Parts: sequence; C-alpha cells; structure tokens
Amino acid sequence: MYLEIITPEKKVFEGEVSEASFPGAAGAFQVLKGHAPLVSALANGLVGFSTAQGKSQFMIDGGVVEVLNDKIIVLAEKVLS
Amino acid sequence: MANLKEVKQRITSVVSTQQITKAMKMVAAAKLRRAQDRIVQMRPYAEKLNGILTNVSSGAEGSIELVYADKREVNKVLIVAITSDRGLCGAFNSNIIKATNVLLNGKYAEQHAAGNVTILPLGKKVYDYYRKRNINVVSDFYSIFTDLSFDGVRAAAEFAMDGYAQGDYDQVEIIFNEFKNVATQIVRTEQFLPIGIEEQVSEEKASSTDYIFEPSKEYIIEELVPKSLKITFYKAVLESNASEHGARMTAMDKATENAGELLKELRLTYNRTRQAAITNEILEIVAGANALSA
Repeated sequence: MYLEIITPEKKVFEGEVSEASFPGAAGAFQVLKGHAPLVSALANGLVGFSTAQGKSQFMIDGGVVEVLNDKIIVLAEKVLS
Repeated sequence: MANLKEVKQRITSVVSTQQITKAMKMVAAAKLRRAQDRIVQMRPYAEKLNGILTNVSSGAEGSIELVYADKREVNKVLIVAITSDRGLCGAFNSNIIKATNVLLNGKYAEQHAAGNVTILPLGKKVYDYYRKRNINVVSDFYSIFTDLSFDGVRAAAEFAMDGYAQGDYDQVEIIFNEFKNVATQIVRTEQFLPIGIEEQVSEEKASSTDYIFEPSKEYIIEELVPKSLKITFYKAVLESNASEHGARMTAMDKATENAGELLKELRLTYNRTRQAAITNEILEIVAGANALSA
C-alpha cells in the first residue's frame, strides 16, 4: 500500500507501507492491503505504520484520511513527529 | 557649470544607492522563489481536501446546517487586510489600503459610520495605517509575516471563523494581492464568510466509488468545511507574500535601472565639466604666453 501524509506546509511522509493505524474520530482502526474505500475523520492521536525499514509513527492534531485502491492519503493540519 | 567636486560626490552616492537596490532585488528574488515553493507545497493538500469534500457532499442527502453558511443581516463586519511588513515594494501596500478604504466608504459605509467595522490587519504596514485612525483594529495577528507558518495563519483564520460563528461579525471580507506573475499583482476583495452555497456544491461529478464514511458524512463535512476555509485563508496569505516579493523585485529592478540612467548623465556632466576646465586652463596659459612674447 502507498501512504501519504500531507500538511499544508509539506509532505511529511510518502512511501510503501504494509499496514497503518489511525486515531479515527469514532475509535482507532487499522488499514491493511485491500481495504474497502473509506473516508474517515481523525481525532488527535498517533498515526502508526510499518515500512520495510520498521515501524514509525506521527502525532497528528486531527485530520481526515482517505483510503482508495490501496492508496492512503492523510490530511492533517499539524504533524508532530 | 556644476562644480566638479559636487558632481563627483553625487556619482559616488548614486553608485552606492544602486548597489543597495541591486542587492535588495536579488534578496527579493530569492524570497520570491521560497514564497512560490510554499504555494506549490500547499497545493496537494488543498486539492485533496477539495476532492474529498466534493466526494462527500455530492452524496449527502438533505441539506446540512452549516454554521459558516448562515447568512444574516449584515450589522457587524470584519475586514481582513493583508499587506507586507516592509515598504519599498511599489504600490503594493497602498493598493490594499485604498481597496480597504473603498469598502469602508462604499459598501460598508453605514456599518462604518455606526462603528461596527473591525479591521484584522495582517502585515505591519496596514496595521500602522489603521491603528492611528478611528476604527476598531484587532492587533493580535499583524506580525504573522515575521515568521510565516501555517500555525500562525490558522490562529488568525480561527479568530475570524469563531467571531463569525459566535455572531461577533456577520460578514468577513479578505483583501489581498493575488500573484499573477512577478510583475503583476491583482488586488482581490473576497467574501470569506458566509460561504456562498455555489462554492460548496461543485459542478464536478464526484467519482462513483462507494466510500465508507466514518463516523458519518455529516460529521466529515462539518470537520472538512473549517479546514477548507483555513486553507482559503492560508492561500490568500501565501499569494500576498509571493506578490510582495514580486512587487519588491520589480520596484528594485526599476530603481536600479533609473540609477544607471542617472549615472550616465552625471558622468557625462562630470567629463564635460572637467574638459571645460582643462580647455580653460590651456586658454589662459596660451594667452599668458602670447602676452609675454608680444
């Protein structure tokens, strides 16, 4: 899957990931390969994902995520690593 | 004929002025590039956000009550005027102040007379202009350009949006310079709040993908509309920032050119005066020699 984390100031992350988890507004959830198309509001919390190099995570201050055809796009106004 | 020494002094002073304007032009060019980069950086976010918003709102059933689209009778007005912190950029700042005054004395003359117009200045120039005048000024955000970041702009945008939501203001307008190209800036006056409905429901056909919406479409729209408003605001600030450096670059380029022309004239005068002095001296010597030999 391809993950992009975008803020108005820069692209914080883009790359292949094997899984990603999000602080959904209605509860945390995880996205794996082949996930159905989804748009979800995000609460404040940690966005975590696993790449070939290992796991990493970003703290976001609310946002929205779109999952479509194994492409995940996270829009956040503020990201603290 | 001008004094030789005076002309020489003027030449030196014009040369140093020219060096300054040339340096300022190059600094402005570098800053302009950075300002344009910021706009490019913001674009993916803005585009994606609008894409999602279109997708979500196209399928929304019934109308959603948005606090930001609520049209009221206009009693209290907030005008966001965006200028720069520094001058020496042509008519950049005065154009904004002129456009603001047009709003104050035209469209909102009634509200202005009643003292119900507030100015939210972004940039020191417009702040300095209005704080000396008899008008309400919000002075919390005027220095956002000292360290331009989305965070600072977001705070200003939230101030305007909260003010509107709480009924402190019934209408919010933004006045800024739009960046057309390096040499051209267009003064734009845009209504920020309330949002026009036509802006919300885009004509574009949303993709027919069957999305899952979490927690609900309505919730997402409520979350996204403020974000999209902040981006509109941020975009205006970035446009103005790029315009400022473009305007300064053009102004300084013109100044350098003018200094060059002035130098050419001064050098001509200098050489002519010098030659005249030499000719005079020779004439005197020859006349003296003639007088002796005669």
